[in-house]
Amino acid sequence: MTMKPMLSIQNLSVSVDGKSILEGLDLEIPAGEVHAVMGPNGAGKSTLSYALAGRPGYEVTAGTVTWDGEDLLALAPDLRAARGVFLSFQYPTEIPGVPALTFIRTALNAQHRTRGEAEVSAPDFLRLIRTKAAALKIDFEMLKRALNVGFSGGEKKRMEILQLAMLSPRLAILDETDSGLDIDALRIVAEGVNAMRSPDRAMLVITHYQRLLDHIRPDRVHVLAGGRIVASGGPELAHALEAEGYDKYARVPA
Amino acid sequence: MSLARAIATGDVAQLPSRRDEAWRWSDLRGLIRVLPPASGASDAELPPGPFDGLADFEIAIVNGRGPPAVDLAEGETRRVALRFVAAPGAGAHSACFAVNLGDGARCLLLESYEGRGDGYVASADIDIRLGRGATLERIVMADDTGEGVSVSKTAVSLGAEAVFGQTVLTAGARRQRIETQLDHPGAGAVARLDGLYLLGDKRHADITTVVSHCGAGGATDQLTKGVVRDQARGVFQGRIVVAKGADQTDARMGHHALVLSDRAEVDAKPELEIYADDVLCAHGNTVGALDEEALFYARQRGIPEAQARAMLMQAFLAQVIDRIEDAGARGAAADWLMRQLEARDEF
Repeated sequence: MTMKPMLSIQNLSVSVDGKSILEGLDLEIPAGEVHAVMGPNGAGKSTLSYALAGRPGYEVTAGTVTWDGEDLLALAPDLRAARGVFLSFQYPTEIPGVPALTFIRTALNAQHRTRGEAEVSAPDFLRLIRTKAAALKIDFEMLKRALNVGFSGGEKKRMEILQLAMLSPRLAILDETDSGLDIDALRIVAEGVNAMRSPDRAMLVITHYQRLLDHIRPDRVHVLAGGRIVASGGPELAHALEAEGYDKYARVPA
Repeated sequence: MSLARAIATGDVAQLPSRRDEAWRWSDLRGLIRVLPPASGASDAELPPGPFDGLADFEIAIVNGRGPPAVDLAEGETRRVALRFVAAPGAGAHSACFAVNLGDGARCLLLESYEGRGDGYVASADIDIRLGRGATLERIVMADDTGEGVSVSKTAVSLGAEAVFGQTVLTAGARRQRIETQLDHPGAGAVARLDGLYLLGDKRHADITTVVSHCGAGGATDQLTKGVVRDQARGVFQGRIVVAKGADQTDARMGHHALVLSDRAEVDAKPELEIYADDVLCAHGNTVGALDEEALFYARQRGIPEAQARAMLMQAFLAQVIDRIEDAGARGAAADWLMRQLEARDEF
């Protein structure tokens, strides 16, 4: 008996502003596995992450996405989040006037409410976030500032991983999480992600470069080019891509 | 031409009209064809005002009737609630009031406009004088009805080293103007003039300020924020004049508004008129929609859309509330903002 995939993407096509970006993408991730999607710039990597998260303007023109037995595409973005879908943004948005602590607690309790679970008390929340922030070397004082406002690129990425740790999703999509990170920050972020590996959690790591995958070892690597998955393999595929580049996957103009 | 004169004479030709540059977005002449009859005295019992419990004493001016002034002696400290009430059944009325602070006096002025009737037309003229080194923080909470017309015009003069702070909070009216004219002597005096408007339905609110820096070494800081939806209209007119010789003036003015529907409108006219050479003056003005990226980010974290909108709106507007010095008044203003946001989930 084969294991049913936790996330199953079939023939997914997505347009943005009437322009077709994804064209029949297939991808399956079983529970407990970490899959990497690599590809050249403009291949549609961010489009895939936004389509899964339900960003307005990303129009699904064909295909299905089944998440934990449910039609993911039928759900509003906040309901997808409550079902355990988390996107670590390539460019995290600034939220002026809302302290990081307030924002994360609001998000956590909103998810609990949607799922019919009890809210997390203020002392429990503070205890938890202090521990998680310390592990990511985030100064607690920074959590009192408006989320991402005036934060450096590295601070924003660490704040994404802090939210990942606090919200404890079952599908973590990391969109170019390594961009803008120096080597120390990369290691801290990767440790944060590795701590989240679990048999009942699936992860999708989207990246242009192989260096993040030295720290987060994927079970499978997929190459996204021209709006679809054109090759899949084990971790060694990432090294081959690093050595050979994406040229051989580039689409020949019709 | 003014609303007060029109009420005094019963002559609608005295109403300011859109032909007056300063009234072009708040036309009264075109709105009021016939003035309602003069308001009578009201014997209805007055319910507690919005600043209940925060003041040492309360002055109520009901349908234009009440005491003419409050005076604080040199060095005296007072927390005063000043209530302008249009009682049920009110027609047209006007009032004049004066606030005089002696040297070094300190006052928290909690001013409210409470419209309880329907088609009332109300005018208030207020004269505020601060002696040398006096401090006044004025919170204006305008709680009119959607059928009322209300104009409040205040002239402020400051002594040297006086500190004046003002925050106007309004949910608008059928037509409403809250105007402040401030004569700034420089001389170490400091002025803050802030505003907050949240307008829905067909409501209108006009926050107008004119600050005239006449002497050297003065500071003015202004921040007004607003949200309009439905067919509402918000007006901000802010003018800062720096006269010749008023050097070392530091004046800043910001106005930022969110427009949440196609039929809502914000008209803004920030103006700096500078005749001195050595000054620091800046103004910023933005009118736009709610940040859709921030909204999606919040929703991706699991916050439902209506809650995410309210959170972002509250954060946008709360900056004005945070600038209120007095903790009690700040709390009352924060409660007011929450009430406005909760009254309409779509805000």
